[in-house]
Amino acid sequence: MKVIYNTLFKRTSTYAVAIMASAFFFERAIDVSANMIFDTVNKGKLWKDIKGKYE
Amino acid sequence: MRLNMASKFVNFGSKLFKSSKNLLSSAYAKRSSSSGSARKWIGARQKLLTFGALTGATGLLMYAMDASVDASSDNVHPAKQLWPHKGLLTAIDKESVRRGYQVYKEVCSSCHSLQYIAYRNLVGVCMTESEAKAEAEGITVHDGPDEDGNYFDRPGKLSDYMPMPYPNEEAGRAANNGAYPPDLSYIVSARKGGEDYIFALLTGYCDPPAGFALRDGLYFNPYFSGGAIAMGQLISNESVTYADADVAPSASQIAKDVTTFLCWTSEPDYDIRKLLVIKVFIISSFLIALTYYIKRLKWSSLKTRKIFYLPEIQENAKKAAEGAKNSK
Repeated sequence: MKVIYNTLFKRTSTYAVAIMASAFFFERAIDVSANMIFDTVNKGKLWKDIKGKYE
Repeated sequence: MRLNMASKFVNFGSKLFKSSKNLLSSAYAKRSSSSGSARKWIGARQKLLTFGALTGATGLLMYAMDASVDASSDNVHPAKQLWPHKGLLTAIDKESVRRGYQVYKEVCSSCHSLQYIAYRNLVGVCMTESEAKAEAEGITVHDGPDEDGNYFDRPGKLSDYMPMPYPNEEAGRAANNGAYPPDLSYIVSARKGGEDYIFALLTGYCDPPAGFALRDGLYFNPYFSGGAIAMGQLISNESVTYADADVAPSASQIAKDVTTFLCWTSEPDYDIRKLLVIKVFIISSFLIALTYYIKRLKWSSLKTRKIFYLPEIQENAKKAAEGAKNSK
């Protein structure tokens, strides 16, 4: 905890960089997981599932 | 549906009635316990609340009793079907959309326009680009002036919209007994009952009840407002032959496919919206938890403060003030 504070949270400039970097990774993680959930729930209904038959 | 609503109102109204009676009795009980002017104020508030609740309850009950004996509207409400896309996270079945497009093209496009859908919209949804191009090339488009100022006909492109069966509304009315076949692009959003209504309408043709006066050229459909619709029954078993041999083209299958296609034309962003449900849920649950924690943290100093009344301090303060006044 102390390490994180001293390296990242103490200065506003480093805090800002930490926020931007974590937002990037957070959003990527959410995109990937949400797409995975959606594709599993809707297996067979999406275009990507049926396009193999028609290409 | 109205009957259902009315019974819900009756339940709610009677509950309100009972609760207002409880409030009234508790108001009388509270009177004896509290004291002085506070008692008057609490009693008045209780009385106002009970009066409001009673008025609301009686009003609601009166409306509900009146509504429950009214005949419902002039059409049969469509039965709710179990559409594959009706869940919280479920998308529209694209295979069904593909068949539905075929049904639209073969059965419906002779009278109904689909003016807000272009051939390019089909790409990546139910067709590949080359298939959509082939579909587009099947139609001829009357295109604008060329360099010499002449109008010309050309085969369709991906960017062209679905062709209109009639050049204008008057031609549509003239060809259909005065009834204009509506554009189908947003029909599922535009009709009460949505896809259930469209499906019921397409499969619901039957003989009119005895004594129903049906004008020439109209057909009876109990789901249509008023019962007399200008469109005949066009969908029956084997109206369309599907490319896929596994899917039997029964009347209900055909109607289901074309209705799913129309769901998609009406809401092309349907899938993305359902995907966003998941993302919004994840992100907002995280943010709500964070916000809750921070709020409780910042408010903790206020919420845990304690206020004391110490008589000696009051006395000393008064004495000090009098002393200061006297010395002045």
